[in-house]
Amino acid sequence: MIELNDVRKSFGDNHVLRGVDLSIPKGESLVIIGGSGTGKSVALKCILGLIRPDSGSITLDGRDAFTGDRDAYLQRFGMLFQGGALFDSLPVWQNVAFRLQRGALKRPADEAREIAIEKLRRVGLKSDVADRYPAELSGGMQKRVGLARAIAAEPEIIFFDEPTTGLDPIMAGVINDLIREIVVEMGATALTITHDMSSVRAIADKVAMLHDGVIKWHGPKEDMDASGNAHLDQFIHGRAEGPIEAVR
Amino acid sequence: MKWLAAFGAFVLGTLAAIGRVAIFSGQTASHLLRPPFYLREFGQALMNVGYLSLPVVGLTTIFTGGALALQIYAGGARFNAEAVVPQIVAIGMVRELGPVLVGLMIAARVTSSIAAEIATMKVTEQIDALVTLSTNPMAYLVLPRVLAGLLVVPLLTGIGDIIGIMGGWLVATQTLGFNSAAYLDNTINFLEASDIWSSLAKGAVFGTIATLMGCYFGMGSGRGAQGVGRATKSSVQAAAVLILAANFLLTGVFFSS
Repeated sequence: MIELNDVRKSFGDNHVLRGVDLSIPKGESLVIIGGSGTGKSVALKCILGLIRPDSGSITLDGRDAFTGDRDAYLQRFGMLFQGGALFDSLPVWQNVAFRLQRGALKRPADEAREIAIEKLRRVGLKSDVADRYPAELSGGMQKRVGLARAIAAEPEIIFFDEPTTGLDPIMAGVINDLIREIVVEMGATALTITHDMSSVRAIADKVAMLHDGVIKWHGPKEDMDASGNAHLDQFIHGRAEGPIEAVR
Repeated sequence: MKWLAAFGAFVLGTLAAIGRVAIFSGQTASHLLRPPFYLREFGQALMNVGYLSLPVVGLTTIFTGGALALQIYAGGARFNAEAVVPQIVAIGMVRELGPVLVGLMIAARVTSSIAAEIATMKVTEQIDALVTLSTNPMAYLVLPRVLAGLLVVPLLTGIGDIIGIMGGWLVATQTLGFNSAAYLDNTINFLEASDIWSSLAKGAVFGTIATLMGCYFGMGSGRGAQGVGRATKSSVQAAAVLILAANFLLTGVFFSS
């Protein structure tokens, strides 16, 4: 269970998170939605410890995220970055097997490569991709490689940062389906941030809407369309009029 | 009073920057004794900083050595001191021009490439990805590069010194009428061990400065292409100025007596 209690974060005068309260039970797939610049990525990076919140607490199974063994904490997570964040200098298989080649999860090179190729197959890529470099791949293929890297060490929790941004609708659908399949198959806890409503409907068990630095609505995906929440209604229907200012 | 406020802001800004670089250096050094060690990255850094810099170091120092021989011959002719060409080329290359030119070439070639590479990694979230994969960017990216600069630039400096002296020898023997064996004899007999050690020590300091500045500005890069460009430009500027300032200080330390 991941719990955020009254998490606040500012950058200078820009108060991005103004008291976020959120809990994600084990095995649940939560999608955080919200407009650009509303603090979705900051919230996610706070959980991972990439950004330290100004106040509030973040716990994983009751343990504080910022104390104790950071490596052990991070080993429980996999992350798909918005742009893939693949390492340009390494071939695809070494990107996928990065965690399996160093640290506590280190395996022999042959075994790490085999696992990488198996994970690449799992995300629909052939083994001949393994020796290519990230710059030689299309955007959709890079996302798949990023997804393979996120699941390579079979983490308990997987984060997806804007998984379909920059993809055509068909490829976005393929990635959404893959994410859903993998999360269900692994029994992983998933946290996705997106403003793509097709991703929300494909991936989510529950949805949380972040606006003005706080969670405006949190509930099951099925209740989203009849929530009666003005912010959520405006967002999911893409209306210019409503409580969310169209020009930010 | 405006000028005083501006001066105060400048002093505070400079002190803060020195503090940030000191903390960054300390964080880098702290990984020297803490595993994991990334030997493959260290090997790649040695290749990039050392072996791949050889052509530019060789070309820079051979032309400078040749030009130095011509200048000393022309200047020496004004007071019948043309014969000192081998000695002055040797001391000029080993004590000053060799280490400084190698340092500046490393700043131009290596500092810029390190800063641009790390800044691009930061902008494209590759640094964040490293952290989420339980890999410390200071240990994985910074330490191997700085260590390579510290260890391999003295070697490059030694090679640059030799090539520079050979440039002077080539010009002196081919165009100025010097005897080859006598030229080399004069060079070897004139140089002292302290000249060579000071040259290598300068190389180690300049190599550390050059790689550290590339890493520091790369890791501190702002967002987007502009951030990468600014980090690259600032890293080369800082490395070049610090190398020249360090050269002045080290020359004072080694030779003031």
